[in-house]
Amino acid sequence: MTSKLTTSNRAGWAFALPGFGLIALFIVIPFFFAFYLSLTNQRLISPNPTEFVGLKNYDNLLSIGVLTIEPERDDSGAIVRDDNGVPEYPRVRGFTRNNPDYPQFDGMREWFRWQSGDTAKVVVASDVVFWKSLWNTVKFVIVVAPVQAGLALCLALLINQRLRGINVYRAIYFMPVVVSIVVVSLLWRFLYSPDNGLLNNMLHGLSFGLFEPHDWLGNPDTALGSIMAMSIWQAVGFHMVIWLAGLQTISPSLYEAASIEGASKWQTFRYVTWPGLRNTAVLVLIVITMQAFALFAQIDVMTNGGPLDSTTTLVFQTVERGYGKQDISGGATISVILFLLVLSISLIQRFLTRER
Amino acid sequence: MATISADNHGLRLVVRYVVLTLIAVIFIFPLLFMVMSSLKPSDQLLRDTASLRAFLPVGDIGFANYADAFSRAPVALFVFNSVLVTGVTVLLSLFLCSLAAFSFTFLNWKGRDLLLGIVIATLIVPFETIAIPLLLLVSKLPWIGLDGLQFGWLNTYRVQIIPWIADGLTVFLFVQYFKDLPRELIEAARVEGASWWQIYRRIVMPLAGPVLATAAILKFLVMYNQYLWPLIVVQQESYRPVMVGLQYFFQLDTAWGEIMAYLTIITVPVLAFYLIMQRAFISSIASTGVKG
Repeated sequence: MTSKLTTSNRAGWAFALPGFGLIALFIVIPFFFAFYLSLTNQRLISPNPTEFVGLKNYDNLLSIGVLTIEPERDDSGAIVRDDNGVPEYPRVRGFTRNNPDYPQFDGMREWFRWQSGDTAKVVVASDVVFWKSLWNTVKFVIVVAPVQAGLALCLALLINQRLRGINVYRAIYFMPVVVSIVVVSLLWRFLYSPDNGLLNNMLHGLSFGLFEPHDWLGNPDTALGSIMAMSIWQAVGFHMVIWLAGLQTISPSLYEAASIEGASKWQTFRYVTWPGLRNTAVLVLIVITMQAFALFAQIDVMTNGGPLDSTTTLVFQTVERGYGKQDISGGATISVILFLLVLSISLIQRFLTRER
Repeated sequence: MATISADNHGLRLVVRYVVLTLIAVIFIFPLLFMVMSSLKPSDQLLRDTASLRAFLPVGDIGFANYADAFSRAPVALFVFNSVLVTGVTVLLSLFLCSLAAFSFTFLNWKGRDLLLGIVIATLIVPFETIAIPLLLLVSKLPWIGLDGLQFGWLNTYRVQIIPWIADGLTVFLFVQYFKDLPRELIEAARVEGASWWQIYRRIVMPLAGPVLATAAILKFLVMYNQYLWPLIVVQQESYRPVMVGLQYFFQLDTAWGEIMAYLTIITVPVLAFYLIMQRAFISSIASTGVKG
């Protein structure tokens, strides 16, 4: 229903324009600008004019291939093995440096390899660090999204009971959310520290001295996991509160009906609580996924992407290239890939959780 | 029978509180450790991590770390910068976003639905994906200041403020809230000849207390905890906010006592503010969750 009373093009535009203009200038334009920049060789400061390079940036980042390498053989044709019986292979460089037989692998480096019979399969990529950052980001999202959502739901169910003083507990569980992730990262760097770290000392004490001190952030096997644990600790209260808001929209009469019917606790959760949380679940998952893909400050403060690139992430790489190396187009290309990832994951989540 | 069930009830209650308290300890211990450590000399701080003394104000307690932190880094300047940037951004954001949302909700005008659609669409664009193009953009933007026309916004307060004033979520929160206000109120005021500005100022804003608190708290948290953006657009120390100022403490030797003092200085005021306004903080986070 449009009323004459409320129709006014002039006032409408005048009121909306300052806010909308800022959004357009500082969010919408940079967003499209990223797509454009990813097709150029733009640098932050450069004496040369910017050139249009087509999909070259994407090609540089995404080129990947599998190289099959036969083991070295001696003159009789037997496989050369080292002292442990492992076959020896020619160096990957021989295939990727100016080898006319393998033009598609030129300039690539080894990412990882596996053994298939006596031949080795080597995954080579032109930008190994990018692939590592993509893989780390995906690992982070795959672990953190379900674990954090699940723990947050458990906390919400725990807090959603009638108990004296329950608000105090709710306030405490939420507390890390208002603390900057930078502060939290620095504190946890200390907790994880190999010498004098609180975590090592605690585990040492609890295991009666059996536990040997471990360099949590300095070891490529545990660095990303340690950052995951800390990130969950910091943000789980945020999602607990969103779950709580969802829980409170479920009508108490449904619970009364369930208890009259003699439903067990699990049945009540399965048939009353969970169906009532459907929309909240979608929202929590999408929000966590978006936050997890944006992983940056923890890495910057705690590990700088190391050790051995085991904690580098897509956002860390955009900043390192776009700002650190002033390679704006390289950073923008990773940004575009990141955005397409976030978008497709949100769409998939929406699709999987759609109303049937 | 009755006594057994009463005992059972009592026992279960105790178990519940024990579980709740253990979880609370997990959330509280790093923060407690931070505050306690800030009071100890660095060598004692490191020694104390071997026992529960790490969480107690024992031994050589004092404020020496605070004095040292202030003399090592321009702490007061960093705090001032953060408070200035945060305060100005929150105020301008409340004003301009509520104004836009007012227009989107109560006025009919050509292009309204398209513009609102664009605003909502920005919700799925994480800031991290536009940071680099935005960096290039602000490095070229013009500005008319006291010394005439200049280009480039790097190393200023405005580069930390202006891009953060308006955002999709804040506008959206106001729109959601305004939708539930009675339209008759606005139409009646129009009939009486009130201008749109008067309606915004005298009718709608006085009713907008809860959503103003929500939007202010969310913006406050984002702005005060800002890290990535100032890191890439502010190299000059004189404009740096608190989170980026932290780098100062890693330059020569890592003095953990001073670091803990600095962390306490920049965190405890926010925590205190949160504990006082606890309900408002939690309900503002919850209200971001009720979106359609």
